[in-house]
Amino acid sequence: MPFDIYDFSTLTEAIDLSLRASMPAFWAVVIEFSIIGVVFLAAYALLGLGLVYAERKVCALMQNRLGPNRVGPFGLFQTVADIIKLLFKELIQIKQADKLLFNLAPFIVILGSLLAFGAIPFAKGLHAVDLNIGVFYVMAVSSIGVVGILLAGWSSNSKYSLLGAMRIGAQIVSYELSVGMALVTMVVFAGTLQLSEIVELQREGWFIVRGHIPAVIAFIVLLIAGTAETNRGPFDLAEAESELTAGFHTEYSGMKFAFFFLAEFMNMFVVAAIATTLFWGGWMPLHFGKWEAFNHIMDFIPPIVWFFGKMAVIIYLIMLFKWTFPRLRIDQLLTLEWKYLLPINLFNILLMAFIVLMGWHW
Amino acid sequence: MLITFNNKLKIIMSLTSYLGEIFGGVKSLLTGMRVTTSYFIRPSTIVTQKYPENRKTLKMYEGFKGEVVLVHNEKNEHKCTGCGICEINCPNGTIEIIAKQIVTEDGKKKKVIDKHIYRLGMCSFCGLCVKTCPSKALAFGSEFEHAVFDRSKLTKTLNNDGSTLMKGVEE
Repeated sequence: MPFDIYDFSTLTEAIDLSLRASMPAFWAVVIEFSIIGVVFLAAYALLGLGLVYAERKVCALMQNRLGPNRVGPFGLFQTVADIIKLLFKELIQIKQADKLLFNLAPFIVILGSLLAFGAIPFAKGLHAVDLNIGVFYVMAVSSIGVVGILLAGWSSNSKYSLLGAMRIGAQIVSYELSVGMALVTMVVFAGTLQLSEIVELQREGWFIVRGHIPAVIAFIVLLIAGTAETNRGPFDLAEAESELTAGFHTEYSGMKFAFFFLAEFMNMFVVAAIATTLFWGGWMPLHFGKWEAFNHIMDFIPPIVWFFGKMAVIIYLIMLFKWTFPRLRIDQLLTLEWKYLLPINLFNILLMAFIVLMGWHW
Repeated sequence: MLITFNNKLKIIMSLTSYLGEIFGGVKSLLTGMRVTTSYFIRPSTIVTQKYPENRKTLKMYEGFKGEVVLVHNEKNEHKCTGCGICEINCPNGTIEIIAKQIVTEDGKKKKVIDKHIYRLGMCSFCGLCVKTCPSKALAFGSEFEHAVFDRSKLTKTLNNDGSTLMKGVEE
């Protein structure tokens, strides 16, 4: 395949070999771990900044505004300036708060999204940990975040924070189900939990095209439930600024507040990445069955561009939801999940299982 | 268990209303998304402007309440008779009219304005003075860059130097 020219594993293997040649195996592994850690932390922060900027621009355009345009060309450095401001701000200690939990909560939230971020296949060979239970792992670690949010709400000792945290508890417990079901639908179709293998299976066609109707339904459900999971509008009643000032992070300031903010955006990134990987073929280029010339041209676009391009579309969709729809009430939120999404999802899994049993999927 | 025809009908009815709700909801959501997307893909719909950059071309819309002005025509004439209605009506004491006595050509004594003092810093732009002026001498100007380094500069004399009353206003 021509697009194997962009295989990152040649680069990583070369680094590995040169490290092992010059030092004992143990230190080579330690250095490799630190390199990966630094790269991921940097990518995490940079993507977070980029997403905040993108959100502000998208929101502005939808509201007929210009958006940030003062710092740098097109306001590109606005979020950098914001983060510098947040770094210099005082971290206010709440007297009545539970000190340990209050300080721990932002780190748990950011840990959850960072762990999920590590398992995403960005391109061929550009994959930190290729677990054979990748989908399950991402599901599991992305749920850690809610513990941090609940802790933040509880330890702040403020009624707004507690209300926000309680709401988010109910919300995530409900919507976790839908996200899981939608992913299970695709796992049934793919027959594997390994993310790299799922991408490889889509070489001949993306799952959203080949998966018949159940894949389309699962994609829509995943988008809705994923938006709810990440506490973004129209499901942002955990922070509901008009009712609860800022919800669970009311009492936080400075960098700790920024951690919550960043984690929210990176959770959105993870949801978009998972949706891309499972439905839109991950880093696979766009191919049409018989158009050899077209397919060949598409192969020359690097996989990482494909991955981020597809993700940008999904992130745009999630942002579109936020800036178009009004916030749901808590009862409407739970009705949507338990009366609509869950029955549809269960039926969808049955349908997918039936298709797979009949052997219509390949 | 026996399902009567009536019960069957009920089940079908509830199922259709359930599905109808879903599709109706999706349709209304798509309508909203179409509107926001149409704004997103057309930057020409942006209504906000970059202010200091467009200072040269910026034109305020009609009816903008920037400041109160006394309208003068090209012969340096205004319509203020010095009746003091604006001064009485002003809720903030923004306006002060200082009158003077002059002798007209035919030897009569007459009261005209000497100074129409307007304190911009105290004005709440309610528009009562403009609305109640019997001779329509006052109007709202569109100037809005009022920042000054000294508060005393906000006290303005609205009538120009040497301006006179327009002929035919008092009759």
